[in-house]
Amino acid sequence: MEFDSNRPIYLQICDSVCDRILGGELQPGGRIPSVRDYGGEIGVNPNTVMRSYEKLTDAGIIFNKRGIGYFIADNAREIVLEKQREAFIRNEVPQILKKMSLLGLSPEDIF
Amino acid sequence: MISIENISFSYGKNTVLKDITMQLEEGRIYGLLGENGVGKTTLLTLLCGLKKVKAGKIDIDGYDPFERKPSFLSMEYFLGDEVAAIPMKASDYARNYGRFWEKFDSGKFAELMDIFETDCSQKMNRMSFGQLKKTYISFALACNCRYLFMDEPTNGLDIPSKSQFRKAVSRYTADDTTLLISTHQVRDLENIIDPIIILDRQDVLLNAGVSEIAEKLTFDYSGERHADALYSELIPGGSIQVYVNTSGEESKVNIEALFNTVHRHKELIKGLFSRKEQ
Repeated sequence: MEFDSNRPIYLQICDSVCDRILGGELQPGGRIPSVRDYGGEIGVNPNTVMRSYEKLTDAGIIFNKRGIGYFIADNAREIVLEKQREAFIRNEVPQILKKMSLLGLSPEDIF
Repeated sequence: MISIENISFSYGKNTVLKDITMQLEEGRIYGLLGENGVGKTTLLTLLCGLKKVKAGKIDIDGYDPFERKPSFLSMEYFLGDEVAAIPMKASDYARNYGRFWEKFDSGKFAELMDIFETDCSQKMNRMSFGQLKKTYISFALACNCRYLFMDEPTNGLDIPSKSQFRKAVSRYTADDTTLLISTHQVRDLENIIDPIIILDRQDVLLNAGVSEIAEKLTFDYSGERHADALYSELIPGGSIQVYVNTSGEESKVNIEALFNTVHRHKELIKGLFSRKEQ
């Protein structure tokens, strides 16, 4: 995996899992790789992946079956959608509006 | 756990380590960084029992490494910067020497050699330096020991081997294994080493996890000038600036920029990180 954004790696891993849920690659009830396997796949410290999995667990997107592994929650897609919509409105929309005003563009020019 | 208390070491009159104190927790992959000559290799050789401290004490799970008790030696492995080209096939070497480590796993050795695309049936004295190094890295990880010390392991590795190394380390170290990797090649090991130790001439400047570093320092790649930047560096497409994190938001830690920041503001950084949040 190529990490180039300025976000911490553990958050980028969360983003990647969420994107794969939205894209349908990861389905509710499906199992995701163990911390060590995933870390091995992307060349990242397993403790970092652990931190990502903890965050996703806290958000209710994945859950841990003790001794078996991590699985995608039934309502993962809804949770991810809600979170990402919220984040889009909070973070990205203001940036887009700022850029539009810099370039002298109005919404009608685009949509 | 590794506990290092006020240790000193000198080569003749040349003092290398002086009054060094730090603790290493289990199950972590530590990166040991420092300029040339600050004693990284010396520290590793003290930890594995090859040298004796002049003052102070090292305690590894109740053992003093320099006593070199077999029960201690079988739970640690030291991979030096230079490795011996033995006239023996890699697979024979693993079979003959692996038995000194109780949990040595020859299946794992073969898998690792496979990941590194290195031929087990080749004689080690016929290998290139990189192939030889990869053989020893595979051996070290296959030992399944509690403490693994590696001195510049990615030196001499070609470009694909560096990513193979990251993958191998992440996948093949056991949960309770502590790895201590000294390196100058921080880009080779970015995303793998955490916590990060920065050793200075006779001082430990930093020993902190990546999440703690991101909590305390902001790495700003935006290009907007920050008045209180402790360090800034131009990069293609902008700059990296490092300043004290006041927003509470975490950014991606850049180890090179971290290293340079720590060196410019030694006391400030030590102060910032000595306040441990509970």
